[in-house]
Amino acid sequence: MTVSGFDDYRPPEPPRRRKLGGKLRRAGTGEGRGEVPVVPEAEFTSYYGRPVVKPPPWGDPIAVYLFLGGVAGGSALLGVGGQLTGRPILCRNSRLAALAAVGVGAVALVADLGRPERFLNMLRTIKPTSPMSLGSWILTAFSAGAGVSAVSEIDRMTGSRLPLGPLRRLLRVLEGPAGVEAAVFAAPLSVYTAVLLSDTANPTWNAAREDLPFVFVSSASLAAAGLAMITTPAEEAGPARALAVLGVAGELTAIRFMEKNMDPVAAEPLHLDGPGRMLAWSERLAVAGGAGALIGGRHRLTAAISGVVLLGASALTRFGILRAGIRSTENPRYTIEPQKSRLAARRRAGVIHDSITTSE
Amino acid sequence: MNQLTESPDHVRHTGHPRKGFFTDTSICIGCKACEVACKEWNRNPHDSEYELLKSSYDNTGSLGADTWRHVAFIEQDREQIGRARESGRALVSLGMPSFGPPGQDQASNLAGADTTPPDTSDFRWLMSSDVCKHCTNAGCLDVCPTGALFRTEHGTVVVQDDVCNGCGTCVAGCPFGVIERRSDGTAGPKAKRDFTPGEQAPTRNVGVAQKCTLCHDRIVDGQTPACAQACPTTSIKYGEREDMVAAAKERVAQLHAQGLTEARLYGANDSDGVGGTGSVFLLLDEPEVYGLPPDPRVPTADLPRMFKRAGIAAAGMLAAATAAFLVGGRA
Repeated sequence: MTVSGFDDYRPPEPPRRRKLGGKLRRAGTGEGRGEVPVVPEAEFTSYYGRPVVKPPPWGDPIAVYLFLGGVAGGSALLGVGGQLTGRPILCRNSRLAALAAVGVGAVALVADLGRPERFLNMLRTIKPTSPMSLGSWILTAFSAGAGVSAVSEIDRMTGSRLPLGPLRRLLRVLEGPAGVEAAVFAAPLSVYTAVLLSDTANPTWNAAREDLPFVFVSSASLAAAGLAMITTPAEEAGPARALAVLGVAGELTAIRFMEKNMDPVAAEPLHLDGPGRMLAWSERLAVAGGAGALIGGRHRLTAAISGVVLLGASALTRFGILRAGIRSTENPRYTIEPQKSRLAARRRAGVIHDSITTSE
Repeated sequence: MNQLTESPDHVRHTGHPRKGFFTDTSICIGCKACEVACKEWNRNPHDSEYELLKSSYDNTGSLGADTWRHVAFIEQDREQIGRARESGRALVSLGMPSFGPPGQDQASNLAGADTTPPDTSDFRWLMSSDVCKHCTNAGCLDVCPTGALFRTEHGTVVVQDDVCNGCGTCVAGCPFGVIERRSDGTAGPKAKRDFTPGEQAPTRNVGVAQKCTLCHDRIVDGQTPACAQACPTTSIKYGEREDMVAAAKERVAQLHAQGLTEARLYGANDSDGVGGTGSVFLLLDEPEVYGLPPDPRVPTADLPRMFKRAGIAAAGMLAAATAAFLVGGRA
């Protein structure tokens, strides 16, 4: 390519096609071979290896929020269950956990805004196309119910010493309905973050859109159950142990379905480097915590240790998924290859009207 | 597209036609006048420490919060030119439906013309001025929770600086990697580079999502956007989107008739994943060579399905919690 002597100083060109180790090469590359391709097979080219899509400016506070939002949602469900089945300690602890988790989570959410002082702008409008907008409303509605029921518990724990005056009677009347109201928004609170991540152009999160909600509700359930197993005596924590086991089973299943349904290239960041290790450990911890809850859950110490392990598993899942998505934007391959192969697949199937590139 | 997704149709009642760019990269000379004009008009801060990026003459890098026009430089040898020509020819032979008026099948016109390609040169430089696409179905606008991003009367997508709270969802929502949150003042203009000696211009809109406005402040006064105004070769054309698409189709047919089958349009198809773009491009190689996504899709196109899956998952969580109390009750 040299056209003049000065160009000898030119740095070597990056190879046009990135050769990858056999481990990363997906087995299915040969699919569709045998027929004469109308267009060349998906081949990876990029603009100096630079990203095509940008990572959202979401750091660790957002991962913390994903985790705590799930803990809050699951706790509210355990709280209302305790309320309705006559388990006062489980009810009290879960209500307090829900308020604490949602409070700290909301602070983390606000802290990650570019203009934190404008956080109330989230409630300027209700936008069905924006999971962040719907999520803000869900979070607000949930916090109201969780707040009222938890404050009532705090008042009872302090021997009615909160300066509430005549509001105390109102609080006592409202705490039950408030707990139910929080429980209504608990599952949406736990699941909307999955839609928030998937409703983006991020290669990994978007490819996971079919099954990420199931991963997130399972992770939320096992985390909240784990927290209840730490805080609540074993005789009242039976439902928490059951929920923990169900959550672990759900998460292990959902993760497998998710990876099976994802484009193999877009799924790669879930297995690479830091996020890959986090998700692998999350799975091990979930299995360990679930087994602990199932086998030794009636022993107070074993239950508490299992609870910590489960909380760790959930936190690692959220950090792993968030960071894997951020990583997937750093290499243009994760954007370009799945898009080229889906475009080629559509063309093979005879769909030629919907390409952004046209010849006329 | 589904019922949820927004499109410029909903502001058609204003009577303003939809405006857009047609960037014809075949006549771009890479002068970067558009980049400079854009920065000056919009008072955008510089975005690097003037480092050399080792990518031909492109030391800007990419579009971002502080760069709303970005000129890409690609150097190609004979083999790469041949490959681009072949991929373009494959696109023509796909029998893409013609979008022109019926009876004027440009493909058949091409069949009659002498399409012997000119001698392939040993080397070529691709230069392309990239910009926000002002999509028909805009991912950034759809996912914005505050309503800071809105559809203007000209069919463009603009951020309201005083409403945006910097949540960053739009950054993830853009399939083209255009919009970005402006970081803190570290990238602010240096005193010595500023217009007023000794006085540092403050960086505006820190912490807020920023992108091309199609010079909304100029077009409301009937002016041409700064980049198009500054372009010396008319590579950047500005006007009503319909006219832009028509001009693009005419130009690509002209190039094909000269045997330059590598020419192709990007964003002129209203059936694509983003409903067509307000900024249409004529490219001379595959889009990913220029850093553009080959098959972008607005994420909200799949949102109803995602809500459905989330609803099932939420019901599953409630069922699991109910089951837990039924099982735990016996314990």
